Amino acid sequence: MLDETEEGHVTEDGRQIGGVLMEMRNITLRFGGVVAIKDISFDIRKGEIRAIIGPNGAGKSSMLNVISGFYHPQEGEIWFKGARRKPMKPYQVARQGIARTFQNIALFEGMSVIDNIMTGRLTHMRSGLFSQALWWGPAEREELENREVVERIIDFLEIQHIRKTPVARLPYGLKKRVELARALAAEPELLLLDEPMAGMNVEEKEDMSRFILDVNDEFGTTIALIEHDMGVVMDLSDRVVVMDYGRKIGDGPPEEIRNNQDVIDAYLGVAHD
Amino acid sequence: MIYREAGDFKTTYRDDSQTFPIRFDRRAYYALVAVAFLVLPFVMNDYWASAVFVPFLIYSIAAIGLNILTGYCGQVSLGTGGFMAVGAYAAYKLMTAFPELNIFFVVLLSGGVTAGVGVLFGLPSLRIKGFYLAVATLAAQFFLVWLFNKVPWFYNYSASGQINAPERTIFGIIVTGPSTPAWSKYLFCLTILFILSWVARNLTRGEVGRTWMAIRDMDIAAEIIGVNPLKAKLTAFAVSSFFVGVAGALFFAVYLGAVEVTEAFGIQKSFLVLFMIIIGGLGSMFGSFAGAAFLVLLPVFLKNALVGGLGWPTDLAAHLELMIVGALIIVFLIAEPHGIAALWRTAKEKLRLWPFPH
Amino acid sequence: MPEQLLFAMEVTLNGLMAGVLYSLVALGFVLIYKASGIFNYAQGVMALFAALTLVGLMDGQVPFAHLINATFGTDVHHFGWHIPALPAILLTAGVMVVFAIIVERLILRHLVNQEPIILFMATIGLAYFLEGFGDVMWGSDIKKLDVGLPQGISETIDTVTYNWFGYGFFIDRLDIAATLVAAILVVTLTLFSQYSKQGRALRAVADDHQAALSVGISLRFIWVLVWSIAGIVALVAGVMWGAKSGVQFSLSLIALKALPVLMLGGFTSIPGAIVGGLIIGVGEKLFEFAVGPMIGGATENWFAYVLALVFLVFRPQGLFGERIIERV
Repeated sequence: MLDETEEGHVTEDGRQIGGVLMEMRNITLRFGGVVAIKDISFDIRKGEIRAIIGPNGAGKSSMLNVISGFYHPQEGEIWFKGARRKPMKPYQVARQGIARTFQNIALFEGMSVIDNIMTGRLTHMRSGLFSQALWWGPAEREELENREVVERIIDFLEIQHIRKTPVARLPYGLKKRVELARALAAEPELLLLDEPMAGMNVEEKEDMSRFILDVNDEFGTTIALIEHDMGVVMDLSDRVVVMDYGRKIGDGPPEEIRNNQDVIDAYLGVAHD
Repeated sequence: MIYREAGDFKTTYRDDSQTFPIRFDRRAYYALVAVAFLVLPFVMNDYWASAVFVPFLIYSIAAIGLNILTGYCGQVSLGTGGFMAVGAYAAYKLMTAFPELNIFFVVLLSGGVTAGVGVLFGLPSLRIKGFYLAVATLAAQFFLVWLFNKVPWFYNYSASGQINAPERTIFGIIVTGPSTPAWSKYLFCLTILFILSWVARNLTRGEVGRTWMAIRDMDIAAEIIGVNPLKAKLTAFAVSSFFVGVAGALFFAVYLGAVEVTEAFGIQKSFLVLFMIIIGGLGSMFGSFAGAAFLVLLPVFLKNALVGGLGWPTDLAAHLELMIVGALIIVFLIAEPHGIAALWRTAKEKLRLWPFPH
Repeated sequence: MPEQLLFAMEVTLNGLMAGVLYSLVALGFVLIYKASGIFNYAQGVMALFAALTLVGLMDGQVPFAHLINATFGTDVHHFGWHIPALPAILLTAGVMVVFAIIVERLILRHLVNQEPIILFMATIGLAYFLEGFGDVMWGSDIKKLDVGLPQGISETIDTVTYNWFGYGFFIDRLDIAATLVAAILVVTLTLFSQYSKQGRALRAVADDHQAALSVGISLRFIWVLVWSIAGIVALVAGVMWGAKSGVQFSLSLIALKALPVLMLGGFTSIPGAIVGGLIIGVGEKLFEFAVGPMIGGATENWFAYVLALVFLVFRPQGLFGERIIERV
């Protein structure tokens, strides 16, 4: 386990891990009488890949939704970049530099790939309604600058050939990649990935793992991800949070989690009392 | 063979995002604009202007407006007639209160007033979605029409309850009032349509347009990637109402000249414009024009064919028109839910490969 | 009792009666919406069409007479017979069932799995078609409909209330009859959906399309069934409304009035449709009575919609609808 006061370190493969970027303190989330998350605390450090794992219904997606401001926990505090985050709308969270992908792909089906990825840039676009109505000048310039950023991401994720294709026509694996592209286009400080490899074959999983590592490595983006495939999680992540029935039952580097008795019980299905 | 994009390489992102990426389309567009501005005004007569061209131009503006709200932003509105009425009455009040104000600005200001009213009725869209919103917009439709009918201030206490457009000129040319020549009605509406469709095109291809479409396709995801839903929906309501308001102002001041609100801007008008964008194609600029042209021409055609050709009574022709419009809507929805615009797109894709489809 | 209060009571009673008719139209909407997720805009025109057909049958009108005359230069209009009310009503119900079958064959079947908004627009198209069709078939003049329901002021209520309060309430006997018929219809429908095999299938489909299909319920049959029932409900509404104010185009506009009723009651709730209808009926009459004269009258044109709008802003799921939890 890492020391809480530590101001950063360098991993074995040479990546810089910094101080705490986001911290969840005693988060509790209820829907009516159902407790989805119960008193969970953990942190995410700058530059690391942080995984959240757990059996179905453990509350992982709810946790991601809390981070992106879609659900508001009844108790607990969220700290981001050293300041306590007041309750805010999802779009305000996005503007703070948090982008995400979704478990069931949430692309804009009526738009082309390029337009979908361009929507990721909108937190960076400033020109107002009137200047856009006139197009010439600032609005066009801004559009073209952002288009260049998007084209770099398209190159990075190797999806040049489908640039103009309507998203609805794409196969599942490519949709996942386009969704990642849209999140990356926001140039987020924290990237949330909700089961980025669900429903993929081995080859696609390998591609996606490579992209995730490259994003983390090249752009230094902090990543928090939910994933079912344990092999992938253990290979990719620096630290892992394990959830079960809305509680945290483990937190630490992969090798430590692998030997944690509670985690083994949860996955092998030991009866709860 | 002329219709090709091969060899027409785009070397900048600017070229790549232009309105007509294919050279042939671009030339066809320039030719069309030239004919519309330089040839048609000289051959325009009263019949063609009042039966076909002027209503087509005005409904195109309204259809673009509704398409922005419904086709691009996904918020169904059944209040178009009511918002057109706001434009018409705003124009009337402005024309009578400020006689020296140029009619061009009167029309734009009327659009502005309508935009304000549109935002007001768009506020509930944050809480109300889908059908519920469609029904909520009926509140605007019925309330606004009632308001203009019952509050005498809006029609300057005239005994008939009607509003009449006084004569106004631009550069000495009469554009409103009873003695307006056909060609100037046409040219005035055409100019405004030309400017507004250029604005609409700019808005829909840029960031605002993408925000609208994001809300339409998946509002929750849109909010999570950073779209402020209230702002996005309200700008759609504002821009859409602006267009619809301008259309209403032109419909009253230029086209009809005198208006009685329940007759000219009733619920039927809301449906008419909605049908235009369904048949034309939701979320398509071309579709707005195509739908307006189709539904303006259809009654003219039917009337000529049934009344003129077969000698049937006009009321029978009107009932058949209802049936045909209704049936066409269903047929379109079944065969091509994306309207004439999608048919056109498919045709162009085929043409691009013709005569070597493989 | 002060006179104003008595007036208000009378207005409320009349509003309740009008509300029953709104509920009746709304009921047709709810049935179709629950079973197929389709928001059937044509419900009001169906009521108009049913009423037109009923009048046409009873008077022995030649269908499409106008068209035939225009095409062949003939002058036909009536067969010269009259059909009594009851068989004519049954025949009309038969016509509505045939209509349901045609709708399923020609429209619904081809629009399976389309987005709700597309289906909604299709029903607007259907409404236009049916309106034109009804006019071409039976002519568009205003028709009197008399199926033998009691009409005119109810003397009994007038006398009784006069004896109690010193002021006789004016209640139309037709409204009382309409209330009774509506009540019987609602009870019948509830019993049908609770206790019959088809009713259970109906509720199963409403609950979960996929699951219902997987246990062998035929979706097409259900669709024909609900559209038939909705057609018959439309017939009843058409008869009541037609008897009250004649069979004419404005009849199809009561469908629009049923929309705010649904927004209040929630699209999926039968009790919601009834309560919503009563609230709207009473609300608009009372508002017109209390506020109308001050602001020019005819507030019934918009009151229902504005009420529903304001209400929805505070409770988007309606009175009886379930709270929607959004997920990603």
